[in-house]
Amino acid sequence: MVKKGEWVRIHSIVLEPSGRAPKVPDDTRACPLEMWTKGFLQEDAEIGDEVTIKTVANRMEKGKLLEVNPYYTHSYGKFIPELVQIDKQLREIMFGGEK
Amino acid sequence: MALAKDYASVMGRSNEIMKKALGLDYAEFESGSVAFDYETLMKSTGYTLDEVSKIQGRTGVGNTPLLELKNLSALSRKYAKPGYGARIFAKDEAANPSGSFKARRAACAVAHAKKLGYKGVIAATSGNYGAAVASQAAMQGLECIIVQECYDSRGVGQPEIVEKARKCEAFGAEVVQLTVGPELFYSFLSILEDTGYFNASLYSPFGIAGVETLGYEIAMQCRENIGKDPDMVVCTNAGGGMMTGTARGLMKAGATDTKYVAASIDLTGLHMASDKQFNLKSCTTGHTGFGVPYATDPDHSDVPRSAARPLRYMDRYVTVTQGEVFYMTEALANLEGIERGPAGNTALAAAFSLAQELPEDAVIVISETEYTGAGKHIQPQLSFARDNGIDIRFGDPAEDKPGENVILPKDPSYIKCKEADIKRFRSSLIKKACKKHEGTPTDADLEFLAAETKTDVAFVKEVLGL
Repeated sequence: MVKKGEWVRIHSIVLEPSGRAPKVPDDTRACPLEMWTKGFLQEDAEIGDEVTIKTVANRMEKGKLLEVNPYYTHSYGKFIPELVQIDKQLREIMFGGEK
Repeated sequence: MALAKDYASVMGRSNEIMKKALGLDYAEFESGSVAFDYETLMKSTGYTLDEVSKIQGRTGVGNTPLLELKNLSALSRKYAKPGYGARIFAKDEAANPSGSFKARRAACAVAHAKKLGYKGVIAATSGNYGAAVASQAAMQGLECIIVQECYDSRGVGQPEIVEKARKCEAFGAEVVQLTVGPELFYSFLSILEDTGYFNASLYSPFGIAGVETLGYEIAMQCRENIGKDPDMVVCTNAGGGMMTGTARGLMKAGATDTKYVAASIDLTGLHMASDKQFNLKSCTTGHTGFGVPYATDPDHSDVPRSAARPLRYMDRYVTVTQGEVFYMTEALANLEGIERGPAGNTALAAAFSLAQELPEDAVIVISETEYTGAGKHIQPQLSFARDNGIDIRFGDPAEDKPGENVILPKDPSYIKCKEADIKRFRSSLIKKACKKHEGTPTDADLEFLAAETKTDVAFVKEVLGL
């Protein structure tokens, strides 16, 4: 169980596919407009429950409870070997001396 | 009774919501036909350039260094004919509190919101501007909500956009993340209506007045450090605010001979509102997907009349490829010892090529750099691209196909910006502006359209077949 007052992330559907703007491309129109935000849980709940949170801007927002203490997983990515080749090439052109 | 919150109802209240959220009635500037009073809109901020500079100074914004990129200038000269290859300088806007020139726009907008008594500010942006508004709101003690387009329908987000969300949250903002689609504007309006916060739009006169100090500083620093005005200023172009504000600032400083070049990454063929194509682009701003529509139709932004009108100022519009920008970002780090990017390096890639057209004593300034970090760096961008099936290889950037490959130039001689057809953009603006209004354009409309496109009445008449 997730306790009232915990920092959580929620998800909701803002617009169903049928309610989307007139001019969106077909692949986008096939999907709902979804929303994620974070805040303090307003009542004890289980993951997956419909809940209310209070955001840091003191707004009440409703949605499905996704996770507690959400964290970032983005990074510097996997190694791209081409980048060290660029470095080597530039150093050679600039400081490699006459051939 | 509670207001209806469906799409059509909220959009239908757009003007009313905007009026409350900006404290500005745009009807005052309208003529009733094509023309509107742009300069009076700009004056409506009520702040002089000096006052804007003081507002920015209170939170450590502005007065950023102008750095000469000596090694990159020398590298560029290796590919120019003898006596050619201009000196390249970068305005190091990463030195602003939020890490980009957008702090200038935000400082002004947030200070104005505070003066008018708003409790909070809202901005719809996936990028540096959100971080800037969040940073300024933190400094000036206002609440802040950032609404961003972040994920595709699989819930996958560009590393750069995810990093911006982190930065906004670090500054204490609430971040509302949405899937792809122009209805971002609907959510934005709905939250504005519910909260009564200020619309810290990128396109308000406060936002653009904030960039004028950047142009002014470039002129002053060039005079102090080099003894003359820059021959050319290259701006990364997306929504057009950088080009507009920078040029206006330089003009206010009396720099009349400077040429203004807009540079965007060519993403022709990728639809900006497509769920599937959303994650096939390796840059989230500074590309033609924003640059061209905003230049040719500035008034489709989040305010009734945009204060960013780049075709009024630009002399040329050039494009570069994603691979060229990534290569130059690596070159900037490796040869100049400053790790910056990626959007500001669009202008840098263009400047590297443009410098070869100008003599050695000419001065080119790129108007910005921006912070980099996890997610917002070329390595995660390229790694993300490779994971999404994009072919990354060395080759000739002429083989570039947005959404299919990223071609890293074989060597620096392959970095060549392409001239975009600015005449076509000018014609497009004129036709679109007239299409919105019935009847024959008045003399005032023709004069307005000439100013809008940096042309003359004869050109406007020719385009309209008058």
